[in-house]
Amino acid sequence: MHARVRRLAFAATLLAWPVFAGVLPEERADVLYHSYDGGGVTISGPSVLVRKQAGKDFSVSANYYVDSVSSASIDVVTSASPYKEERTQESVGVDYLRGKTLMSMAYMTSDENDYTADTAHFSLSQDIFGDLTTVTLGYTRGWDQVRRTGDPEFAQDTDRRSYNLGVSQILTKNLLLGLEFESITDEGFLNNPYRSVRYLDPQSANGYSFEAELYPHTHTSGAFATRARYYMPWRAALSGQYRYYNDTWDVTAHTAEIGYTHPLKRGIIIDFKYRWYTQTHADFYSDLFERSGEFNFRARDKELSAFSSQGLRLGASYDIARQGWRFIDKGTVNLYLDHMMFDYEDFRDLTQPTTPGEEPLYGFDANVIQLFVSFWY
Amino acid sequence: MSRVRSARGLLLALAVAQLSACATIEPWVKPYERDRLADPIMAFDRNPVSAAYTDHVYEAREGARGALGSSGGGCGCN
Repeated sequence: MHARVRRLAFAATLLAWPVFAGVLPEERADVLYHSYDGGGVTISGPSVLVRKQAGKDFSVSANYYVDSVSSASIDVVTSASPYKEERTQESVGVDYLRGKTLMSMAYMTSDENDYTADTAHFSLSQDIFGDLTTVTLGYTRGWDQVRRTGDPEFAQDTDRRSYNLGVSQILTKNLLLGLEFESITDEGFLNNPYRSVRYLDPQSANGYSFEAELYPHTHTSGAFATRARYYMPWRAALSGQYRYYNDTWDVTAHTAEIGYTHPLKRGIIIDFKYRWYTQTHADFYSDLFERSGEFNFRARDKELSAFSSQGLRLGASYDIARQGWRFIDKGTVNLYLDHMMFDYEDFRDLTQPTTPGEEPLYGFDANVIQLFVSFWY
Repeated sequence: MSRVRSARGLLLALAVAQLSACATIEPWVKPYERDRLADPIMAFDRNPVSAAYTDHVYEAREGARGALGSSGGGCGCN
């Protein structure tokens, strides 16, 4: 079971945020290999995304995605056993263009040994004001089932809903602006059936013990993002983004990002990106509770603790078929490398034992690799 | 009654004025001036398959969720 039970698992994975609603998405195929390595966790696998136009008004797409997980994370090392598992995700989508309106539907299913998720997505995009503005409305509905390995009686449901409003605006000949608001609400079993919280226990040799975490059964969040992209005088693009997030668990987060895209000669494009993220902890989070059952709700999920992270990306794309080849108009080979650094403010590293509550704060670095080829036809 | 009619008339006039105002908005960036914006390097998400995966990584590691542009999906891995 992937510990983070937060997969609204958007079928919109297939749908890029449209800048112009009056055209169908490009016909292309992508084959991607992904690898994540950090904090004792390695996750890798393929993702294949194919999109094809059907007639002049329809576009269909399909995605196949796999996560092969090997986990010996700090949570697992300190209160459970390392594990390996695989998650498979399949999705299909269809877009229908009518005048300046683009309607998109998608359906996705995700499956692993102790978790299944089904998701349906619908969105509507409309170009207005001389095609300077594109407004997108989206709705996503998810039905998940959480199970627990070794406990055939355990099966809990989670319902998920997402409401999305996006606006893309052409401001000048060189400047694009995007605004997006998304509200997500979950209801049902929201915590991880394997994860524990720790509490002070004088009877224990190390001074603390563990008990199962317990989350509220509802969770509603709102996120507002603004992003801009500017065309530089020497054919390059500068980008910036800010996102504000708040939820009913009292987590507030800020995300800021700047990027630069620079084409070189011979069909090479270089990408740089810096990303900064910070959040407060959930109101029922604690690294160390005073006693067993101290509060009605309790969590020691480090993703609900207070922390900040920074990320750097270096990416390169090389056009391997600039003149086209048979039915292929264009093809690229792409390599993206991301380095991420996480620093936790109230999540302690229990692998370095000392007086409970005085262990060093946890932190880790992660490396993410994406290698993919893309073809347009 | 006449006041209600007047109010309705006023609202109708305002609505028509709004609509006609919309219809007469002149695009300040003409279609032939959008060649730079149509350059692939100006796409918010140039490679959807990569953007979706990247968002998925963020959502797995962070408490915040949503409004990521391309709507990443999937699991969060411990």
